[in-house]
Amino acid sequence: MIVIGEKISVIAKKVREAMNARDPKPIQELASAQWKAGAHFIDVNIGPAEENGEDLMKWMVESIQQVVQAPLCLDTTNAAALEAGLQAHNNEWGRPLINSTSNEPDRFVMLEMAAKHNAQCIALTLGKGSLPADAEERCGIAAEIMARAAEYGVPMEDLFLDPLILQVCTMQDQAIHAIKAVRMFQELNDPPMKTVVGLSNVSNGVPKEMRSLIDRVYLTLLMYEGLSAAIMNPLDKDLMDVLKTTDIFLGNTLYAHSYLEM
Amino acid sequence: MSYVIPKESYTGKVLSFDFGKDDRAVTVGGENTLPFLSFEGQQPNKPVIACEIQDCPPDDWPDTVKDAYRDVSGDTVAWARHCQDVLNAKAVALRLLSTHPDRDDRSAEDAAKTVRDVLAAVDVPLVILGSNHIEKDSTVLVAAAEAASGYNCIIGKAQEGNYKTIVAAALAHNHKLIAMSELDINLAKQLNILITQMGFSKEKLITDPMCSALGYGLEYTYSVMERIRLAALAQNDPTMQPPILGDVGMYVWKIKETVAPEADVPEWGALRERGIAWEAITAIAMLLAGTNLLIMRHPAAIETVEKTIGELV
Repeated sequence: MIVIGEKISVIAKKVREAMNARDPKPIQELASAQWKAGAHFIDVNIGPAEENGEDLMKWMVESIQQVVQAPLCLDTTNAAALEAGLQAHNNEWGRPLINSTSNEPDRFVMLEMAAKHNAQCIALTLGKGSLPADAEERCGIAAEIMARAAEYGVPMEDLFLDPLILQVCTMQDQAIHAIKAVRMFQELNDPPMKTVVGLSNVSNGVPKEMRSLIDRVYLTLLMYEGLSAAIMNPLDKDLMDVLKTTDIFLGNTLYAHSYLEM
Repeated sequence: MSYVIPKESYTGKVLSFDFGKDDRAVTVGGENTLPFLSFEGQQPNKPVIACEIQDCPPDDWPDTVKDAYRDVSGDTVAWARHCQDVLNAKAVALRLLSTHPDRDDRSAEDAAKTVRDVLAAVDVPLVILGSNHIEKDSTVLVAAAEAASGYNCIIGKAQEGNYKTIVAAALAHNHKLIAMSELDINLAKQLNILITQMGFSKEKLITDPMCSALGYGLEYTYSVMERIRLAALAQNDPTMQPPILGDVGMYVWKIKETVAPEADVPEWGALRERGIAWEAITAIAMLLAGTNLLIMRHPAAIETVEKTIGELV
């Protein structure tokens, strides 16, 4: 399982303040902690970043890669900022991941960026208009995005399909649709398509003390269906332990008594 | 439609290290593909064969292999020189067998002297092996590691019951280390984890998942080695990426197929050829499973396996 650390987000007050003040320390500490906890990618969510987006993303990428030897997942709707981040990215430890394209026309540019900068790309199966109703609708959107990715010259193995995880507390029936979609996405191509979720969306809105439990159980179900990657909190040790244990049961890693420490 | 060779590509890579000194040092490991699949990836270093000697006469070896060293095996230093100068061995494996309590129970100091004498006499890289007695090895190998300080040897074997002192000695005297477990993939991984948690670099480890002779559990050894390689390459498991050791000779030269005279089993064919073939075939199977370093005994078997390696790489 590929872990994409979610903690560096404009939504977090501490991160937002550090971004505004261009103070690298809190951001570097979060990046480093996530990397040490086992994150393979560090998500860098700067939001729409309408002002000085390019400068901000470049600064974020450079600051983070000073302290972690990992690729980054660049998360913004601002294409110019994204491009600045891709140009600043050090590919020595892996290619960057773009977060994200979708079936909305203003997100097509992300595929163009992926092709131009040899990056991987997350594709959210969300179109214009209402939310997808079920797994089948998600697959329909996925197929459209895949065809578009091919037009732009993005190889299928560089695309991570995201079924769009919704809150269990308000849209309970969507939870199982997303799980089914993860299974069905893989069948859209040979070799199977890669899949990704924004895991903590599922527990958004539930009481704080229950969030980790809900994330853990949902992750296990998704992994059983073949999920390739999750944007999640690697600093949640219980969650990471469940992930490692599920990888043992699925035969993705070899058992040893100390497997939780690896 | 033309045939396209199916190719696997792996995310992981086997680690590599060198042992020995200066221009005689040899490097093992480093491949990013299953053994000898040169169309899929790179295998930058050929598997290496270390010629086995021991610190006491090989009374317990069968005649076929004892005869090959008849003139030199009474003197460990002469034996080591013979391997280097006459057989052109790329490496020598010195087994400190006389230290075993059931043999001569010689002291760690005696073993250290033997190590010093051999190191003074030959330039080829040295593998230093204990007598495979858990308690005794933890003192013998510590003394041997100190005696060989600066020679960049491989020492072992560190096992679950004694790894702490041996790891500390290898760390202090900058040697490579054999981590040995008994035909159990999960324990092999666990031992590698425990050793690296002591601060010993995984780049200096070699895994010995325990060998066995053809007809005596070879398929178990083969499966464990193959599984280790797949974990290293396909699952990119860093704990399983050290090179692999195959200690072949000691398992082959005790089974009845390498001992039983022609008079008893005429249908098995000539005893000498039979024994040599048995060691060579066992060794080649280990190579196909992923072994990077072999410890072997008979010069003719070594020559056959060297030739096979040359043809495969």
